Amino acid sequence: MKTPIKTLAAALTALSLAAGGAMAQDDPFKVGFVYVGPIGDYGWTWTHDQGRLAVEEHFGDAVETVYAESVPEGADAERVITQMILDGADMIFTTSFGYGEATNAAAGRFPDVYFEHATGYLREHPNVSTYSARFYQGRAVIGHIAGHMTESNIVGYIASYPIPEVIRGINSAYLHARAVNPDVEFRVIWAYTWFDPAAEADAAQALIDAGADVIMQHTDSTAPQTVAQEAGAISFGQASDMIQFAPLPRVASIIDNWGPYYIRRIGEAMEGTWEQSDTWEGMPEGMVLIGEMSEAIPEEVRASATALMESMQSGEYHPFTGPINRQDGTAWLAEGEIADDGTLAGMAFYVEGLTGEIPN
Amino acid sequence: MIDPVTLIVALIIVSTPVLLAAIGELVVEKTGVLNLGVEGMMIIGAVTGFITAVETGSVTLAFLAGMAGGMILSAVFGVLTQLLLSNQVATGLALTLFGIGLAALLGVGYPGSSLPPVPDLFPASMQAIPVAGPILFSHPLIIYLAVLLVVAVWFLLQHTRTGLVIRAVGESHDAAHALGYKVIRIRFLAILFGGACAGLGGAFLSVARVQNWIEGMTAGAGWIALALVVFASWKPWRVLLGAWLFGGISALQLRLQAAEVNVPVALLDSSPYLVTIIVLVLISSDRARAALNAPAALGKVFHASG
Repeated sequence: MKTPIKTLAAALTALSLAAGGAMAQDDPFKVGFVYVGPIGDYGWTWTHDQGRLAVEEHFGDAVETVYAESVPEGADAERVITQMILDGADMIFTTSFGYGEATNAAAGRFPDVYFEHATGYLREHPNVSTYSARFYQGRAVIGHIAGHMTESNIVGYIASYPIPEVIRGINSAYLHARAVNPDVEFRVIWAYTWFDPAAEADAAQALIDAGADVIMQHTDSTAPQTVAQEAGAISFGQASDMIQFAPLPRVASIIDNWGPYYIRRIGEAMEGTWEQSDTWEGMPEGMVLIGEMSEAIPEEVRASATALMESMQSGEYHPFTGPINRQDGTAWLAEGEIADDGTLAGMAFYVEGLTGEIPN
Repeated sequence: MIDPVTLIVALIIVSTPVLLAAIGELVVEKTGVLNLGVEGMMIIGAVTGFITAVETGSVTLAFLAGMAGGMILSAVFGVLTQLLLSNQVATGLALTLFGIGLAALLGVGYPGSSLPPVPDLFPASMQAIPVAGPILFSHPLIIYLAVLLVVAVWFLLQHTRTGLVIRAVGESHDAAHALGYKVIRIRFLAILFGGACAGLGGAFLSVARVQNWIEGMTAGAGWIALALVVFASWKPWRVLLGAWLFGGISALQLRLQAAEVNVPVALLDSSPYLVTIIVLVLISSDRARAALNAPAALGKVFHASG
């Protein structure tokens, strides 16, 4: 029995030496992605993974990517990030708001690794950048469509957590729905989850039972689409196109397009030109797209929604242009005034006309 | 402001997957086996049920496949814990992790596939009856089966010889063995039954409730089922009550939010868990009696010696 074991050990040693040698020769730039949900959500995480695949396609063998799915927001994330770095990652993308502290803690311990945190604001170390998309521009377009298409004048909104990103989306959608339909009301349910298909389906059903005939979601699964389909309500794809639900209930969608940003930043890191930044791009840069508007939308609404979309793509229109009051009636933006990014980034109030309360 | 009829309909639908998994686990625990793999068996049932529904177009086959999927996974647990005497807690946890991963693998390519509709048991004319129609007659067969299953399990455990044997094995496997009962065989059958129930609950979730396969879609329902069994102090009727409470409060809190009732959302969101636990703890607050009801051999390894 001794001989086989010795042979095996020798083979293993040879193998590991060979592997080590190969790695030394052409060491690819290794990039780790930390996802909050499964890739199979066909929503938020799926779009980030599309970005990762675009990176692999673009760089070929020069870049190696790894990812971890369904990583809980909090201390667990730091463990996952650390593991990726110990396994050789040179750059880490953390793709959910709740990874902010874990990302910065890891960045402090690994100053030579580049960190990119999606939808965050914490940049405690020079090797941490944040990036986000101006989803609220997309919300303006679907709000416009919703305002036109609702017959009950009640729009149901499945919100995730009461963070500025989500509140901004509700405000933008509401403002543009009200602009074309003064009687429209929004009903918001806070699901306190990014991804829980059953809970999202239940929330959609509750909103429909409360009279909503349009469902918007700021959660990641397609479950609300199925409920809307059964109830004859209309819905919008979120993060990914969700085209499988077109033409009804899904009449349009807001799509996140991360690939170009990922390719740019990884390229910069490889060349050594990467600098800390706080990127916030939207329709003009192509980070936010509107999915195909289905035939279910009346012709003239499709035209006006397209015009609204184009006015944002060209940069001539900002969804938060005054006059806009806060929910309590106090003035926020004067006639023609445009919201500054600082206020938008920290938005914690509803605009006038929304009837619910933001949980704190 | 809140329509009680749609609320009750939602309650029944929300509670069914948890109820099915919990009643199965109750029987397993009554035989003295603690299977923490409920979540894993549920999600396997969800994916096998969904795939079968897509491929065959038959809802009946889908539910059977969900049961089979859960059973196969539970058989792995049975072999490991009953024949190879592995630790039940560790094996159960591993089963959950394995089930979630395997389900994700099996389900690749299936999210968003279109499904055959799940037929309702009663004709549309009966569903049109005001109030009673939607509440009593608007559901698919599985929902009625779930409630019947609770009745059947209660009857089996309390009023039949088989039930007595199951409880004896769960109280003292050595005594039951000494009396000549096949401890391992009884436990293995109970484990398979628990797997089938959890798998059916999962299949109901994917095929009837969400009508889609999405990775990780059980999102903790299996753990709630496990907690229900304990808080219901291993009594079938209390499991039913707990599942309805959980489903009812879950459905109610969403409707309170939609109606913009002025209650803190964080409280509403946690209320299904809080209320279910508080109520079940209160009704089983007589500690001596509750302890009496817990299977004494729960989680203990049985090895026929001497």
